[in-house]
Amino acid sequence: MRQMRDVVTSDSYREKARSALSKAAAFGDDIDIDSFAQSAESGIYKDDPSQLAAADKERMLDTGVSLDDISRRSGTFIQVDNAPIHSSVTQDGIELIPISEAVARHDWLPDYWWKAVAVDSDKYTAHIELNQSNGYFIRTLPGVKSIFPVQSCLYLAKAQLAQNVHNIIIAEENSELDIITGCTTASGHESGLHLGVSEIYVKKGARVTFTMIHNWNPNIAVRPRTGILIDEGGLFMSNYVMMKPVGSLQMNPTAMCIGENSTVRFNSILVAPAGSNMDIGSRVILDARGARAEIISRAITTGGNIIARGYLEGNAPDIKGHLECRGLILEGGGSIHAIPELKGTLAGIDLSHEAAVGKIAEEEVQYLMSRGLTEDEATATIVRGFISVDIEGLPPMLNAELQRAIESSEGDFM
Amino acid sequence: MLQLKNLCVDVDGNEILHNVNLTINTGETHVLFGPNGSGKTTLLMTIMGFPKYKVTKGSISFNGRDITGLPLDQRARLGIGMSFQRPPIVRGVKTADIVHATLGERDSEAEIHKLAMQANMIEFLHRDINHGFSGGEMKRSELMQLLAQRPELTLLDEPESGVDLENISLIGELMAELLEKNCPIRMRQCMGLIITHTGHILDYINARTGYVMVDGKLSCMGDPHEILKEIKEKGYVECARCAM
Repeated sequence: MRQMRDVVTSDSYREKARSALSKAAAFGDDIDIDSFAQSAESGIYKDDPSQLAAADKERMLDTGVSLDDISRRSGTFIQVDNAPIHSSVTQDGIELIPISEAVARHDWLPDYWWKAVAVDSDKYTAHIELNQSNGYFIRTLPGVKSIFPVQSCLYLAKAQLAQNVHNIIIAEENSELDIITGCTTASGHESGLHLGVSEIYVKKGARVTFTMIHNWNPNIAVRPRTGILIDEGGLFMSNYVMMKPVGSLQMNPTAMCIGENSTVRFNSILVAPAGSNMDIGSRVILDARGARAEIISRAITTGGNIIARGYLEGNAPDIKGHLECRGLILEGGGSIHAIPELKGTLAGIDLSHEAAVGKIAEEEVQYLMSRGLTEDEATATIVRGFISVDIEGLPPMLNAELQRAIESSEGDFM
Repeated sequence: MLQLKNLCVDVDGNEILHNVNLTINTGETHVLFGPNGSGKTTLLMTIMGFPKYKVTKGSISFNGRDITGLPLDQRARLGIGMSFQRPPIVRGVKTADIVHATLGERDSEAEIHKLAMQANMIEFLHRDINHGFSGGEMKRSELMQLLAQRPELTLLDEPESGVDLENISLIGELMAELLEKNCPIRMRQCMGLIITHTGHILDYINARTGYVMVDGKLSCMGDPHEILKEIKEKGYVECARCAM
């Protein structure tokens, strides 16, 4: 069994990055990074994030980031374009600072730098290494449990800008950390590029919930690159919500269960209106005895295109994983392409998947109509049910936030 | 009152029901027997208004109003409700959601709790509708939904099929409430039309009229207990010879 610090590394990141600068990603349209500006004027640091412009706060609120009352958050981080403009914590034992500050504060940070994501994965990771403009660092000390969620917002304000962030999250042994992260733009139409590397380390007995809500626009390209390492008995739970238009979004986060009895759950709720193009996957490598994984995605198209990937790989005894991709085509003109993959390298492992793409079953609509619901009400009830994934283990408060975000977007497509 | 006059019904281009005539007066519950594939479910689905069941001739009137062309949901809101033989699974929609929606103005957590207790469905309220339900659980769920809906005309398609003997009495009690069994007939407001193969539920309802459907025609009419006895003794062949 590998230990977290043993995961392979290289010291010459910049060199590796340079060699990968033209390396196309395995999936997604190839984005011309050079066509985007690499710098933007830094915003003014706000001690009180409620002082941000009302329009900006409203956009952030749509992604679950609440700034008017941060008393129900254990920490808040906001980065506008390429500069952090606020970071604060309200609970001892939790660190939430710009990554640049973390580099200066912790001489051990290189142990976590490009260890969960390879710097030369593709041109986007390479670009971030060579052009990085901050990001966040979140850490819970051993045994600390976040009372309220920690929130972060990566906000794209300047038109035609490339935002390049590198985030690191560390949940130390037996700690618990709930994170809400929202990524959005100031404008509903200007073009831009969001590149983000997130490396997440869930140590022995720790638990991390990572709830990410994206709210982009039809002219934005997005290429997050995320790697998660989960140690013995650790739990990582990702809840991803993407219900607004996006020009081109491709991501395929990879979680590696490197500790015995570690657990990963990925839940994704994807809605693609006309003009949206998403290629979104989740990968889990079960490398330690007794590891568990569940990948659930719900995809709806009302005219946009969704590729919903899922990959489970089992390489250790007594592992178990299940993958479920379900797609609903509400209007024509778009597509849903579900690609579930399973790979096993050992006898006795238990991996399974189910996938279905189709329209709402007439029989179900009529059944609800026979109870007196109109056709529209019956359809809306079924669609709402479809995207209302039961998320096992999600704290009630986070679940409420998630449902609020989903409900606020329902009107766009129902 | 429900009145069917010379009703002919097509399903996928094939005529299944032929000139069916039937009248159920307010307060009455009628029972429908018949072999598999004879058109019993088609009759109920047609009365409920499922679009697949096309009326090609004749009419359906409910409380004096011609509802032959009325959509399914409007019939439900007029007071017609149905318990299905094999209701669909609706993933993501909780049983409680549909009970909430069906209760309308009477909707409250207390009312839902009361109904769920009555139908022994408390632990199923937050499960997807019919997902993983046993035969008996499905039937209890259907009857719970109908109790929430409080229809004036209740259509029950084999409410006892798949139900173990222990649960038959519960199903029977729920039906008795729906059909106001314990209310004097002149004061009853509800009507019922029930399909049964076994007759187990006859003890729980006040049904004085029964029919046998054979090949899409109502070919017999009489006391349901008598009809059931005949069927048990002679099978449906004899019923086919009998004209209404």
